[in-house]
Amino acid sequence: MNKQSNVYTIIYIIILVVVVGAALAFTALSLKPLQTENANADKMKQILASVHVVPEKGAVIEDFNKYITDMYMVNSEGQRIDGNAFDVNTSVEFKKPLAEREMPVYECTLGQDNVKYILPMYGAGLWGPIWGYVAVNSDGSTIYGAYFAHQGETPGLGAEIEKPAFSNQFNDKHLIKDGKFLPVAVLKAGQAPMNGEDYVDAISGGTITSKGVASMIDDCLGGYTKFLESLTTKAQ
Amino acid sequence: MATNNKNLSALINPLSKDNPVIVQILGICSCLAVTAKLEPACVMGISVIAVLAFSNVIISFLRNTIPTNIRIIVQLVVVAGLVVIVNQLLMAYQYDVSKQLSVFIGLIVTNCILMGRLEAFAMGNKPWPSFLDGIGNGVGYAIILIIVAFFRELLGSGTLWGVQIIPASFYEQGYANNGLMILPPMALIVVACIIWIHRTYNKDLQEQ
Repeated sequence: MNKQSNVYTIIYIIILVVVVGAALAFTALSLKPLQTENANADKMKQILASVHVVPEKGAVIEDFNKYITDMYMVNSEGQRIDGNAFDVNTSVEFKKPLAEREMPVYECTLGQDNVKYILPMYGAGLWGPIWGYVAVNSDGSTIYGAYFAHQGETPGLGAEIEKPAFSNQFNDKHLIKDGKFLPVAVLKAGQAPMNGEDYVDAISGGTITSKGVASMIDDCLGGYTKFLESLTTKAQ
Repeated sequence: MATNNKNLSALINPLSKDNPVIVQILGICSCLAVTAKLEPACVMGISVIAVLAFSNVIISFLRNTIPTNIRIIVQLVVVAGLVVIVNQLLMAYQYDVSKQLSVFIGLIVTNCILMGRLEAFAMGNKPWPSFLDGIGNGVGYAIILIIVAFFRELLGSGTLWGVQIIPASFYEQGYANNGLMILPPMALIVVACIIWIHRTYNKDLQEQ
């Protein structure tokens, strides 16, 4: 058979692609459950990081079930919606108009009467998505801890948002002042916030990522205002 | 006896005299990107060894059937398929490392070492020598990655494989980690130093 003929070439490439395609489909399908498990464990680790809990290797799911005592969704009016909060796709949810959002809340019990409310965030950095979790005290206005992550920010610059040196600045900052939602600002040292809100130091050389963090806090946590207010009322 | 010697040299030569990274200067980009820490460098090295060995064998088996005018496409399809499989395996069994390596596993497809070996060796040799050639070149690449990562992690973070090596008393005396070591340019300088030392010992490699 003429190996240089067009018919041979086309048949050859079709067979090759089908065989490779089948091999890939088989691998993807058979490894899917393990991969989902890993991705979920990683998400749990990130959620726990916002309340300063670092689980031992292999004990992530155990710790998550121990500390996270309840999870549900709220709408922009602060009303609780039951459902599977863990699988909510925040990247889709936070793009919707405020009234249509169904936003996850993770209730974390660290000790008796020591409940934190963990709220997810999702936004844009310089090169790709950034996301994070903020744990709010049961008074509904102060931050207990925060965790940020990114997909591909510049190492040494924007990527510094995932370091504790950055996220720990958020501890004890106010989200609600005098009954008004004021997102924590991310500012260059020496600058003063515009409306008297609390602020943290931005990252030198990571201006766009820092701005992304600030607008992510504003966008995502703004939707929780009513929910946070209801916590404040409950605490009083 | 002659074939044995040829097989042996296919395996041994790429380790030093014909090293893909420091003699042929191929695969430099991933060498800069994944060598800040020892662990991802090792995983990357093993992944390249696996992909290189198996794609060499597969192409070698197919070599007499591949139509000449689409041989590069056939090679790419095989390599890309293997890389995706390696990536899927890492995501399932080494999730943390696969997060660190992120796109670089996928970029093995574009690693010049692979195309180079497939074109230059696997297309013209039997499967067994091709397998040895793949292992040899993969190991040659991995060795350099590990040497570079060793120096970058030790001097840049004071750790090896995540374990603190530089004692705390050094830091109290004013020792500081070299932040430049973490950044990609330093990998280039470390590779250059390795090439320098390597050529000093192998005078026949020096250009006139």
